[in-house]
Amino acid sequence: MIDGSFLGDLASATFRNATPLVYGTAGETVTERSGVLNLGIEGTMYVGAFTGFAVAWWVGDPLIGLLAAIVAGLLAGAVMGFLTVTLGANQHVSGLGLTIGLIGLSELGNRLLLSGSELQKIQPFPQWNPLAGLGDIGLVFQQYGLTYAAFLLVAPATWWLIGRTPFGLSLRAVGENPEAADAAGISVARTRYAALMIGGALMAVGGAFLTLAVLGAFTLDIIAGRGWVCLALVIFGRWGIWRGVLGALIFAFVYSLGLRLQIMPGFDGIPRELMLALPYLAVIAALALSGRNAPYPGAYLKPYRRS
Amino acid sequence: MGSATPGADGLPAVRLTGITKRFGDLVANDGVDLDVGRGEVHALLGENGAGKTTLMRILYGLTSADAGAVEVDGRPVTIRSPKDAIAAGIGMVTQHFSLVRPMTVAENLALGRARGARLDLEAARRHAREASERYGIAVDPDARVGDLSVGEQQRVEILKALARDCRVLILDEPTAVLVPQEVDALFATLRRLIADGLAIVFISHKLGEVRAISHRVSVLRRGVLVGTAPGDTDEKELARMMVGRPTFGVSRPDPIAHAADEPAVLQVTGLSAAGAHGLPAVRDVSIAVRAGEIVGIAGVSGNGQTELVEVLTGMRRPTAGSATVGGTPIAGASPAAVMAAGLGRIPEDRHASLVLDLPVELNLVMERIADFTGPGGLDHAAIRRNAVELIARFRIKARPEDRVGTLSGGNIQKVLLARVLAREPRAIVIAQPTRGLDVGASEYVRGEILARRAAGAAILLVSEDLDELLTLSDRVVVLYEGRVVGEMPSEKADPERLGLLMAGREVAA
Repeated sequence: MIDGSFLGDLASATFRNATPLVYGTAGETVTERSGVLNLGIEGTMYVGAFTGFAVAWWVGDPLIGLLAAIVAGLLAGAVMGFLTVTLGANQHVSGLGLTIGLIGLSELGNRLLLSGSELQKIQPFPQWNPLAGLGDIGLVFQQYGLTYAAFLLVAPATWWLIGRTPFGLSLRAVGENPEAADAAGISVARTRYAALMIGGALMAVGGAFLTLAVLGAFTLDIIAGRGWVCLALVIFGRWGIWRGVLGALIFAFVYSLGLRLQIMPGFDGIPRELMLALPYLAVIAALALSGRNAPYPGAYLKPYRRS
Repeated sequence: MGSATPGADGLPAVRLTGITKRFGDLVANDGVDLDVGRGEVHALLGENGAGKTTLMRILYGLTSADAGAVEVDGRPVTIRSPKDAIAAGIGMVTQHFSLVRPMTVAENLALGRARGARLDLEAARRHAREASERYGIAVDPDARVGDLSVGEQQRVEILKALARDCRVLILDEPTAVLVPQEVDALFATLRRLIADGLAIVFISHKLGEVRAISHRVSVLRRGVLVGTAPGDTDEKELARMMVGRPTFGVSRPDPIAHAADEPAVLQVTGLSAAGAHGLPAVRDVSIAVRAGEIVGIAGVSGNGQTELVEVLTGMRRPTAGSATVGGTPIAGASPAAVMAAGLGRIPEDRHASLVLDLPVELNLVMERIADFTGPGGLDHAAIRRNAVELIARFRIKARPEDRVGTLSGGNIQKVLLARVLAREPRAIVIAQPTRGLDVGASEYVRGEILARRAAGAAILLVSEDLDELLTLSDRVVVLYEGRVVGEMPSEKADPERLGLLMAGREVAA
């Protein structure tokens, strides 16, 4: 049963399922490097999924939906900035509140706009395969444009932004030692707002990928904890994007494998719940191994106030 | 030094007029006027809390003034943030360095200067090298700041300010973290800079240094400018201006005679311990402290003092060796066992030794809660009686019910002293007893330490304040990279010799 097409399909699914995690992890990595933990990630992905779908459904174009999701993500990041930077509120409470609020808003919007007797659907983004002629191996390249963008554009751009741009230098300085950044003439508040908004946009795209590409529909609990997984992946990645992407791939691989094994003959004796739990157990194991001595940004969770 | 050199146009490089700043009820600066000329080192002298740092933080835009005006080169300027200050040509080296430790020297110098879409690390490196050569301040552009010594980090800070073309350089207690040889190197750098026409503000509370480097001295006391005097003003006069009375330093009475074979009360033998990251921090240290004796530990911070104190107070496990109090082993024992053996513990981080959110009275019984527990739980009447007695005896300015976190640094230290000394421990380990305290509180604390010595306690004193160490200790032990590199009676220990030992330049026989 484990043949070329099974492996090709598994590899393809791994990249597809890793895509929202790559966006979310990239967004959270940028945010946390500025010293702000954004627990609003789950809600931001949720509101991205809903806004993207609702606008795409309304206008009839998933691309417009994607832009709307980005705007929603920027706004969600700005709200988090207002709470934690401008007001200096506790980041745990602000983030959890944001998540609860955004999920509630999305579901309210869903009831008002979309709920009816049947599930509303849109024409989703198409898949694309430049290497379709390669048979089973070619299956791996059967992907959405957003998946290609995640691995070939967003991940390298995140690395470049953090490590190779003046903004990235300010970002790291603000996250490690905001006093030093301030004394060097860098605006801590503006840098953190920018990080939160860039991060929010990325998270929202990660959520919108599910509605605009994979499903072509919005369902309740569509994010299903992917935001929380991203938080773990950031720590697993030690605040670097490449290890974070690797973590997303490992998670998505175990997740995709579990789904496939459930329907494999010979595996029906294994409880389905165990298969579903597998990727999350892998996250816990990975965190237990890599989370110790994690190089948390120096100003993690600390609001900055000039006296 | 010679007199100040004002600018060609006779205008000072910077002039502060009527600066006032209040923090709640506290007036940190009260209508302070100050001017600094080009090519002048102007010292700002005062006790802890006199308002020196606040005044300079205002000039650098880190704190906003309630009233007052700033002029640079005769032009009024508004400084709302460090960015404005940098633009006006003002640079500041704060006491806690404004460096990002995980970044390299070049990256730190590029902070806030890099523009555009691409960070040119090669250009940043080149820029750092050039600045280093131009100002004659040696630094390695590729070194990670977190790996540098404190003296090197300070050089990076100075370079950072200079690289932004600052014409007014503020140094906040720059020598507090340096060994004597590094101080000399710093002063040589400063003399070169003033020859180039830089205006330097030098914050300090050390009279000798102030006289060595400055053209003029302005003295602040409780936020008020007491006066400005020439740099060569007599030390006693400066001290009088600073504290409002001539200082009466405590002095150590003659040592108690010890028989050669008298056993030590606190005996440390071949002790080793690992520090952060599991690296050896204390290496084969042996120290004996007898009754009625104070042994001082000298060393630049980070040479094993902290870890040694942690082992002796039960907060860190040794990797080898032993320590005993009156014959009872304490190395590797729990803090409770260490205290039961008769050791009093006054660690350097007094905030971590007290529960700041609990009242004074509860903190005072924290180490012996069992003694204040009755059949129905805590005996609040006894706890209150104990607090009232200790507050009076140690002259703590607080009520029993005040939260410790609301007290001043000196009174917090008194609470800790009262808790430990009231039990009359036979041996005491005390680290940085007067760090951050003003002159009055420092003298009180030193007096208490000497009183315990007179009462026969064996005291191990760790301090970065060499004057304090030499005044209080009967013998001084120098630690360098975790090893004992020298031991001598205080009378034979002069700062020059100690400085060499502390810098690892010499190993005493």
